Amino acid sequence: MQNFFAMGGYAAFVWPCYAIAALVMAGIAIQSVMDFRAQQRLVRELDKGKAARPRAAAREAGPDR
Amino acid sequence: MTAMSDLTASQRLQAFANPARFMALSDRLLPACAVVTCLLLAAGLYLSLFVSPADYQQGETVRIMYIHVPSAWLAMFGYMVMAGASAVALVFRHPLADIAAKSAAPIGAAFTFLALVTGSLWGRPMWGTWWVWDARLTSMLILFFLYLGYMALWATIEEPVRAGRAAAVLALVGSINVPIIHYSVVWWNTLHQPASVFRIDGPAIASSMLMPLGVMALGFTLFFVTLLLVRMRAEIFRRRVRVLRLARTER
Repeated sequence: MQNFFAMGGYAAFVWPCYAIAALVMAGIAIQSVMDFRAQQRLVRELDKGKAARPRAAAREAGPDR
Repeated sequence: MTAMSDLTASQRLQAFANPARFMALSDRLLPACAVVTCLLLAAGLYLSLFVSPADYQQGETVRIMYIHVPSAWLAMFGYMVMAGASAVALVFRHPLADIAAKSAAPIGAAFTFLALVTGSLWGRPMWGTWWVWDARLTSMLILFFLYLGYMALWATIEEPVRAGRAAAVLALVGSINVPIIHYSVVWWNTLHQPASVFRIDGPAIASSMLMPLGVMALGFTLFFVTLLLVRMRAEIFRRRVRVLRLARTER
């Protein structure tokens, strides 16, 4: 086990590499999911405010065509 | 609505480009994508840290490769997705294309950053330097700046259609950098080694290392796809919010 963590003397390079990868990938994953939830919540709130034509909003979601 | 089987191929493609249908389809696909991504990354991590051997020249630092190489591939793959979607957005005005291009950029930028940092961590013990201005490293740094410039352009222009068009042009002009990155190790004398996996004469790397690398690369790719779907869904909602707010102020 001691050997494993020592990484043949290269622990100072191998472990930061894995740690930074984990940090960056977890970071962008969390940010993406939180952004999605925030936008979803906003849509629901706005839809509730104008329940008369909720389908029109769905159709308008894409850019102009 | 007509059944899918009655439609021509191009009509079917159009149907999938419909944001509402994309939302329904991605909603069903996402849980499976997320689960497979986690399984592949866990397997890849186990293989690269415990199963694969140390290199006879590089020792344990070879384990950096299992992060560095997939990150670099995804950095370029992400740019190709972004540039491809931008081309489709400019030519065909597909409603989902510039949403896809915009959503791919931050993920690609993250992988470019990872490729640069892990490369630096690998270069220090193996080359004796954190950084050198050779063609491969420099073109990779330019890729990172292209991603940042693309994202900045989206951020500065408020109106999505205009922003999308300007950003798409930037993405297409910048795509000249992708082959330059790939061939940089051939065209110039670089400190960075030439390709050892995608070669005409087959991979020049032991299968005990190719396997973990392949699993990691697959895991990274699925991670990219999963996040791309999540970000596209967020972007579709963001535009819906914008439209609803505009409609509200008009009344």
